[in-house]
Amino acid sequence: MTHPTKVIVDCSTGQQSVVPLTAEEIAANEAAAVQAEADRLVAEAAEQAKADAKASAQAKLAALGLTAEEIAALSK
Amino acid sequence: MANTYTLIASNTLGASAASVTFSAIPATYTDLVLRISARSDNANLYSTFKITYNADTGTNYSETRLYVQDTGTISSATQGSRSNNTARYETGASATSNTFSSFELFLPNYAGTANKPISHFGVSENNSTDAGISTYATLYRGSSAISSIELGNFLGNFVSGSSFFLYGIKNS
Repeated sequence: MTHPTKVIVDCSTGQQSVVPLTAEEIAANEAAAVQAEADRLVAEAAEQAKADAKASAQAKLAALGLTAEEIAALSK
Repeated sequence: MANTYTLIASNTLGASAASVTFSAIPATYTDLVLRISARSDNANLYSTFKITYNADTGTNYSETRLYVQDTGTISSATQGSRSNNTARYETGASATSNTFSSFELFLPNYAGTANKPISHFGVSENNSTDAGISTYATLYRGSSAISSIELGNFLGNFVSGSSFFLYGIKNS
């Protein structure tokens, strides 16, 4: 596996350098990746719960006799 | 576009990189604009990258964001105390090959001492379904002029071919 790098563009000189990440930077990125994945799973679960609640509400409205068009109008 | 729109620096990656930093940004412009075409090598369809100013990792960032996907999902969130700002819908490795997402950041009055409201938007590209759009209103509570901008991935790297263009705008 190639060593991860970062690119630095010096705007005062135009010089561009490719610098290997330090062990601390790699560890920080790995920790951030774990957190990002955890955040993504939480967000997806929240979205799924929201979608499930919406579907449940629509089913209950249909059971009360509302048409699909009426339910759609309420959703807007 | 006004003729005061000047390219300060740019980079097109020849190999993957975890981050790209513009350093020593001159304070001689009124505003900055950063345009990005990027793709991540992480396995997800979409990814999110982080934006850090002046290497400041304190909790000096806040953001309000709106996400829209072509699946019909619309979501929003506000976070008042972050150690960076984020940019969503960077195309990931599960997307159609060789497609790149695009972003534009607008940084008005970046050289001042007051808090800096910064806006940006991003769109994924997949040449298929599952496109995404995001728009952000962010705030960087730094008292110094923004002299560096780091763009780094939470997951994976920017792939080769990703490009980054930093422009300065003068009001005269």
